[in-house]
Amino acid sequence: MEKAKHNETELKALKEEMSHMWRLVLSQLQKCKQAYLTNDTELAREVISREKRVNTFELKIDSDCENYIALFAPVAVDLRLVLSLMKISGALERIADFAEGIAKHVTIEDFHPITAKLKEDLKIETMFDTVISMLSDSFAALESENTKLSGKILQKDDEVDTLFMEGKEFLAKYVQKESSYSKCVLETLLVLRKLERIGDHCSNTVEEIVFYIDAKVLKHVKSRE
Amino acid sequence: MIEAKNVNFYYGDFHALKDISLEIEANSVTAFIGPSGCGKSTFLRLLNRMNDLIAGTRLEGSCLVNGKNIYDKSVDVDVLRKDIGMVFQKPNPFPKSIFENVAYGLKVNRMGNKAEISARVEQSLKDSALWDEVKDKLNKSAYELSGGQQQRLCIARALAVKPSVILMDEPASALDPISTSKIEELIYNLKANYTIVIVTHNMQQAARVSDKTGFFMLGELIEFDETKRMFISPQKKQTQNYITGRFG
Ligand SMILES: Nc1ncnc2c1ncn2[C@@H]1O[C@H](COP(=O)(O)OP(=O)(O)O)[C@@H](O)[C@H]1O
Ligand SMILES: [Mg+2]
Repeated sequence: MEKAKHNETELKALKEEMSHMWRLVLSQLQKCKQAYLTNDTELAREVISREKRVNTFELKIDSDCENYIALFAPVAVDLRLVLSLMKISGALERIADFAEGIAKHVTIEDFHPITAKLKEDLKIETMFDTVISMLSDSFAALESENTKLSGKILQKDDEVDTLFMEGKEFLAKYVQKESSYSKCVLETLLVLRKLERIGDHCSNTVEEIVFYIDAKVLKHVKSRE
Repeated sequence: MIEAKNVNFYYGDFHALKDISLEIEANSVTAFIGPSGCGKSTFLRLLNRMNDLIAGTRLEGSCLVNGKNIYDKSVDVDVLRKDIGMVFQKPNPFPKSIFENVAYGLKVNRMGNKAEISARVEQSLKDSALWDEVKDKLNKSAYELSGGQQQRLCIARALAVKPSVILMDEPASALDPISTSKIEELIYNLKANYTIVIVTHNMQQAARVSDKTGFFMLGELIEFDETKRMFISPQKKQTQNYITGRFG
């Protein structure tokens, strides 16, 4: 059927655009981790300058989804796909925003250096790795249209939350001993908070993918067990 | 309100409806969709025994309306068709005046005196959203009306005898978009007082007007569910393929 073919082409283009955006955000997050762990201000500036590209993707995907809805009046799986792509593009944009925010902390790092020891105590690398794996696993789920891993990804969000809470406790004690580091502690707390928010947005994308593929709504369900 | 139980229907040897069971609630709009020839009209016609008019047909199972089997020997088919009215794809007004078209059923069934009939005609034309357009030319021939107006006249004619159910077989498929949206709005408003069952090949129309949707294929009722659910997350692969246009 002609209409069906046309429809498939259109959906394929939308998905392709989404995978480009996804790769870009993933690389932003990886570079941001690298920049943060090695105090690489050069790399941090690159992350900051590439943030605009992510915004452009979001606008493009949203307007393409709007056009598709207006012209194709999609239903069922097609409707669920565009609705979820619109929300995912919003979530990815927020994730990239936080990555940019963390990169900005790196560029002002000179004023209040955070020690490698503190980074280790706070398990910041683990936090980065966890949110990066959440993001790449949810991307894989969308590409393969398989939601088997969704429970695992959502569990990682709980791990990130725990790391954030523990980190916060740790910093509270730390600042009492090392009051000259108070500015650094505040900055670091903001970084932890951003990583925790990135975890939340990764969860949102997973929930959208489950809505698209399994037509189930996971959102705001308290118990994920 | 309407209940089909294990309905099988045959045109001679041809098995046109296969083991259909469903329930339709009062004051709701139910839409039937599916590829042409899948049995939508056949099923609709069963509900007011229009298939009785076709020779060589056979029905198994039962159709209950308000708990009563409409195929029971005691049922008077004329009374039944008064209670379960029907509107067809092509507007089919009688070659009479606008007033006489709507008054027809009332007169045949001796429902009321002259004044009562007049009042009922006016109310029916108002209910079918046609009154303002025809109130000054009630004695003009129905054929002077546009296609969309003729269809609303046919709806007024069906409403005049105070049915509880109105069956509509592709009521807007011969109409332009503006007339179509008037009919859809009408259907939406009528459900406050009537139970409506509509067959449509226009999926978006089913989505817009109905509370529940049934998807037929090759004589089977593949899926029957809340319209919202059918169009967001249908449970059967065949339904999904059909409504998303990935068919054949
Ligand atoms: N009067 C009839 N005599 C024999 N076969 C019929 C008659 N009416 C319909 N059919 C057959 O029954 C099947 C269902 O027809 P119908 O109910 O009109 O389908 P739909 O309304 O879904 O297009 C079709 O295969 C059609 O050819
Ligand atoms: Mg038909």
